[in-house]
Amino acid sequence: MSSGFRVFLAALVALGGSWCGFVLAPVSQLGGGKQTVVLNSTELYPVDRPGLANQGLQVYRANGCAACHTEQVQQNGVACDVALTDAGKNPTATTNLISSLKLNNLDKEAADALLDKIAAAGGKAEIHIVATGPDIARGWGRRHSVAEDFLYDDPVQLGSLRIGPDLADVGTRQPDANWQLVHLYAPQSVVKDSAMPPFRYLFRVGKTGSAPSPEALVFPKGYGPPAGYEVVPKPQAQALAAYLMSLHAEVPLHDAPFSQLVAVPKP
Amino acid sequence: MSNRQKSNSGELSSFGGASVRASRLASSLAPPKAALPVEIDRSCCVPLLALFGGAALWLVVSSALGLMASIKFHAPDFLANCAWLTYGRLQPAADDALLYGFCLPAGLGVALWLLTRLSQTPLRGAVVPIAAANLWHLGVLVGLTAIFIGDSTGFAWLEFPRGGSVPIFFAYLLLALWAMMIFAARRERALYPSQWFLVTALFWFPWIYSTANLFLVARPVRGVAQAVIGWWFADNLLVVWTGLVGLGAAFYFLPKLTGRPLQSLYLALFAFWTFILFATWSGIPPGAPVPVWIPVLSAAATVLFLVPLLVVAIIGWRTVWGSISSRWNNGPFCFVGFGMDSFFLSGLMLVAMACPKLIPMTQFTWFGPAQTQLRLYGFFAMTMFGAVYYLLPRVVGFEFPFPKLVRVHFWLSLSGVALLVVPLALGGVLQGLKLQNPNVAFADTTKAMLPFLRVSTTGLLLLLLGNLLFFANVMGLTLHWKLALLKQFIAFVKSPLEATPARTGNEGREVRA
Repeated sequence: MSSGFRVFLAALVALGGSWCGFVLAPVSQLGGGKQTVVLNSTELYPVDRPGLANQGLQVYRANGCAACHTEQVQQNGVACDVALTDAGKNPTATTNLISSLKLNNLDKEAADALLDKIAAAGGKAEIHIVATGPDIARGWGRRHSVAEDFLYDDPVQLGSLRIGPDLADVGTRQPDANWQLVHLYAPQSVVKDSAMPPFRYLFRVGKTGSAPSPEALVFPKGYGPPAGYEVVPKPQAQALAAYLMSLHAEVPLHDAPFSQLVAVPKP
Repeated sequence: MSNRQKSNSGELSSFGGASVRASRLASSLAPPKAALPVEIDRSCCVPLLALFGGAALWLVVSSALGLMASIKFHAPDFLANCAWLTYGRLQPAADDALLYGFCLPAGLGVALWLLTRLSQTPLRGAVVPIAAANLWHLGVLVGLTAIFIGDSTGFAWLEFPRGGSVPIFFAYLLLALWAMMIFAARRERALYPSQWFLVTALFWFPWIYSTANLFLVARPVRGVAQAVIGWWFADNLLVVWTGLVGLGAAFYFLPKLTGRPLQSLYLALFAFWTFILFATWSGIPPGAPVPVWIPVLSAAATVLFLVPLLVVAIIGWRTVWGSISSRWNNGPFCFVGFGMDSFFLSGLMLVAMACPKLIPMTQFTWFGPAQTQLRLYGFFAMTMFGAVYYLLPRVVGFEFPFPKLVRVHFWLSLSGVALLVVPLALGGVLQGLKLQNPNVAFADTTKAMLPFLRVSTTGLLLLLLGNLLFFANVMGLTLHWKLALLKQFIAFVKSPLEATPARTGNEGREVRA
């Protein structure tokens, strides 16, 4: 490497390559941002969040929630579960047969064989596809996160460290606004052993006047402000709770299918 | 490199009255000659004091913020009522103060000095880099304040909004322009390996920083393309840029401090090419919710990153081999040597995070932050400490006020990095194994990390103490220099009719280059 120009050229080639690969190509592949169709349905996915939840994303960003929480469910693969839909003419025999068999976490061949067996006993069953993996088993979502989930997010807050649990599906787990707000105000009151710091600065504590605020939090026993006081969420807290409740990973998609009915083979 | 031009070795030129022997490098394999005029060093004095002074301050700020953030794991209620000091703002602020406050300006300062030395050309028009250094630190101040008031962009390592990113971008451009002008005016046309690395680094940052700010902040792209660009940017800054500057400095200082030539030019060339070709692709985490070719391509490149890693290890080992024991008392050598070890280890950790078998143990765990801290602190900051301890006395013309603290700083930093990184990496693996087992309650994975986090908090405390010593030395030296200037000025005012005082301000003990 004998001249400055050659060094410049080397840098241009190396960085230009990765720029095309990891900036230009993803933008042209993903940046168009089209909605997709929910599996076996005509519904479009995703739909934009309501305004309050979108403001909540900005509260999430401003407070750096992504420093501790990811929003990306992982899955190892898929498996088949077999569920009985019709016990047939001889229910006891079918039920006895079912109870002696392994019905969950099967591969496709085993599931098909099982269907044949049940059909031979006169019953009817169907196969469900389920996602597998520790995140799914923890109930953090029904499938892994995919690119479509983040179409309307700006900024996209995937996170990289799980000091706290994954939040991609927290809206399904905890659809109760009061729970979300109480958890933000005093995490340990609803999640024992939580390491989350309280976000009391998103709330106002005041004396309960003659008419208590309808927005005041309802605490579990033993927590909450002293009698005569109430905790009222500031608009930021309400927006953040709305955002958290808008997080779902429960819609089956073409590239992340689950629980899909498979045609039952004729006996 | 064989057909190098005949250099003008016989020519005499003069700077400020001193005669300068325009010596050329005896061979590009030999360590660069030490016989350089004091004036070349002195020409960088004020810009470097501006860059390193601010950097030392941000370093202390960063470790103080990091320590406060870390305490929150043991006491979630600590400072919880203050929105400014919530964990999600403290931790990014600590990270950015380290990266943008310390690493970049310190790296730029070291690059500037190395390029003047290797080019045997003094810095001219110092007022521009001085202004740029101050603009840089102002940008960092604005950016950190923005994070504290909740104005962060929300992208890891790119948190500064426009008010911070625009000043540091232009400050960088000015500093890089001045460095390139020195490079273009070099007296020896053939290049030493350090120059490849440093010039490439100068060019790298403006490209990645403008791309990231354009596509993520100014005109955000839609969806997860944001995340891909964010990872690409962070990797190119944290791995490639720091690697280029750190290796560029190490390839100068290791031969210089051991008196042995760099082993060898061809290996260095191979390391350079493979490093910039592979490391630039290595940022996308496996399992990311993006089209699957992106993480797969990235993982493949990360595994290939082993090649430059091993080559750099061979270069370093062959260069210092046999002189380690005799140099163990040399402050700068210890810092740079430890930096090279950390470069290798953090590189291995990076490769481990891309190995399919090991992903469950590293994904979403503290292993990732451990790798980053080892890279930024153990490798980059340590290499920069070594460089600054070596060059700053020569540049300013005074010894450090507390030379004994250099060794204390080294041992504090070494133990601090070890106590910070080792528990986080081990705890991360444990955390990963627990996360993989759905029968372990999530709260237990967090609880299991606490003893490890406790040790890492101690590590941060040691780092803070060490950084305070660095700050004391840099600030003491600056103060000494300012006092000397003041004395000169007073002497000038008192005796206007006598001969004009010397311009170089070397009242104190002269340090031999």
